[in-house]
Amino acid sequence: MRFFRFSRKNLCIPYALYLILFVVAPLLVLFYYAFTDGQGRFTCGNLTGFFTDPNTLGTLCYSFAIAIATTIVCLLLAYPVAYILATGHFKTKSVVVMLFVLPMWINFSLRITALKEVLTLLEGNLARYPFFNTVIGMTYDFLPFMILPIYTTISKLDSALLEAALDLGAGSVQAFLHVTLPLSVPGILSGISMVFLPAMTNYVVLDMLYNSTYIMGSLIGSYFSAYNWHGGSMIALILLAIICLFTLLNGEAEESSARGGALL
Amino acid sequence: MEQRTNIIELKHITKIFEDGFAAVEDFNLEIGRGEFVTFLGPSGCGKTTTLRMIAGFDIPTSGEILLNGSPITHLPPNKRPINTVFQRYALFPHMNIYDNIAFGLKQKKTPKDIIQKKVKRVLALVDLEGFEKRSISTLSGGQQQRVAIARALVNEPEILLLDEPLGALDLKMRQEMQLELKAMHKKLGITFIYVTHDQEEALTMSDKIVVMSKGKMQQIGSPEDIYNEPKNAFVADFIGQSNIFNGIMTGKLRARFCGGEFACVDDVEEGTHITAVVRPEDVIITQPEQGIIEGVVSSVIFKGMHYEITVESGRYEMVIQSVKSARVGERVGMQVEPDNIHIMIAEDHTNFFVADINKDYRLEYNDTILDTSLTRLIPGSRRGENGELLDVSGEVVDITRTKVQVAIQPQNITMTDDQQQGLVHGTISNLIYKGDHYSYVIHTDIGQDFVVDDEYLWNMNDSVGLIMPVEKMTFTVKR
Repeated sequence: MRFFRFSRKNLCIPYALYLILFVVAPLLVLFYYAFTDGQGRFTCGNLTGFFTDPNTLGTLCYSFAIAIATTIVCLLLAYPVAYILATGHFKTKSVVVMLFVLPMWINFSLRITALKEVLTLLEGNLARYPFFNTVIGMTYDFLPFMILPIYTTISKLDSALLEAALDLGAGSVQAFLHVTLPLSVPGILSGISMVFLPAMTNYVVLDMLYNSTYIMGSLIGSYFSAYNWHGGSMIALILLAIICLFTLLNGEAEESSARGGALL
Repeated sequence: MEQRTNIIELKHITKIFEDGFAAVEDFNLEIGRGEFVTFLGPSGCGKTTTLRMIAGFDIPTSGEILLNGSPITHLPPNKRPINTVFQRYALFPHMNIYDNIAFGLKQKKTPKDIIQKKVKRVLALVDLEGFEKRSISTLSGGQQQRVAIARALVNEPEILLLDEPLGALDLKMRQEMQLELKAMHKKLGITFIYVTHDQEEALTMSDKIVVMSKGKMQQIGSPEDIYNEPKNAFVADFIGQSNIFNGIMTGKLRARFCGGEFACVDDVEEGTHITAVVRPEDVIITQPEQGIIEGVVSSVIFKGMHYEITVESGRYEMVIQSVKSARVGERVGMQVEPDNIHIMIAEDHTNFFVADINKDYRLEYNDTILDTSLTRLIPGSRRGENGELLDVSGEVVDITRTKVQVAIQPQNITMTDDQQQGLVHGTISNLIYKGDHYSYVIHTDIGQDFVVDDEYLWNMNDSVGLIMPVEKMTFTVKR
């Protein structure tokens, strides 16, 4: 083996190739398209165009509205469920948890189609409440992603902390507000990041529930199907920036809050 | 009016968990105001459960807890004037030190300026002035411990409960904290209830020690009482190192155990079966002919302050602490001052003896094979190709290190005139009539005494063989 000496370093070659091919290169292409026009000249027109066009701005706001509403509904539903699951005395706890996770294993389009039928039955015409229906669809889709991290965080909480709070004179409500809730923040944040961002782009739910309004995902799709690679790339880039910003904030908040919490 | 000095009383407390495990059984205790009481016992003895019932985290299955004479058995923890220092501190990780300590006062809606003053005072008490704004994770174990104590003390509880608070600290830190806690107790005058499995900690700090085992109180008393006058073999064994022997009273203030006859100071009726306890530091090594018993030194270990010398005398083993070393293989005599022998009346007359595993991997005692399955005795063991005994990991069992303790009840041993029969032979050295049977002590030619119950009358000094059916024996493997 004189010509090729194998060392641990060589093990990273496949991963480096993978990263260059599928992460770095596409990102560079994305940057290139986002900052050029049809003739290949450098321009910031795509960026300014996005923030001056009322249509694209409207889509951004609508996406935010959908994502915020979905996240809030998910959180309100998931927290009590996760809390009861984590603190209750179920003999078959894992089975109950599994019941909440099980829908994730069923094909997504099947679930949404089923939901569509149910909603049609209840509302008659789906077009009447498109926003409302979309939030229901998204919540149905993303709820397990909110329950699981919160459940994990609460069940890993040291029960002695709660006992300490009671011991120091707190009632059970006070103990929950001052100990359990703040210490489950890492789980909540992790749940939010797993629900909020996908909810901004998952336009399949809108399509299937006959909501014709665009969100960020469908907007990019529409640019690309019209062969406007430059505008579409810019929107993708802006979305990336929002995600980066969000993750950064999330990380900060997590660090400043408890260190005991667990991320899924 | 009656002056009440007991701050807390536990009356017939029993705690049985959902799985049927009885953690505490019929526990009775009175604790005086300002006392430093320690619950001492091995893990699983119920000491923490008892503490949790006083704190209010667990509700007793039956029995009553009185605080200043009024029942608090079912009062939730936040309504009790009792605070706890938890095993792993249980400090709130999302709050700084100030907020941790102020937590209890804030629950009581204490005005801010008073909270500030009290937190400052209690931080000074635990030697952490100026630490208010620090976060918990920046503290060492010892400092976290102090914060935990401060957080409990700031509420001015009537009773402070401490659940093995020093368990996570290193030895030096632990010894320092022991003295500090004791000083704090003296200064504050609050009742301390302390839980530990560390006998040294208990002896150092407490006014009163409650020794517990298997959910029951074994003995209660001052550290001196517990150490010098253990009530039973468990306490003697748990507190400090002890040589414990079964024996019998042979005359007024005379007892025979460990193959010798010793003078003692406990006046127990002649013929009574006893358990004798001798502390290792109380055994005096003499010339072979000058001791009451003699034996051969089998091991010497240097322990820093002293040597730990093990002497084999016949079938018995004596552990001795001495500042002077000895040579392995040396013949020595041993002597014990009468007031250093602690005699307890034995409630249980079970005979114990130690059997060896011979070269053929059979159990052997007094050159007789005890026909029992060793593979069943040692869990996971099996026979190898050549009949050798293999343990769980497939290694050959070291027969010099593995001993088997055999226990047999007095009523299961039969005496016979036929000297050829029986596992051991000896002469009857004592007999007592017990109403429906006689209780004999047989002094065997290998030095061990056996207690035998028999309904027929035999004479003193009769030579007998002892038949012990293997199926009546219980075996414990010792390595």
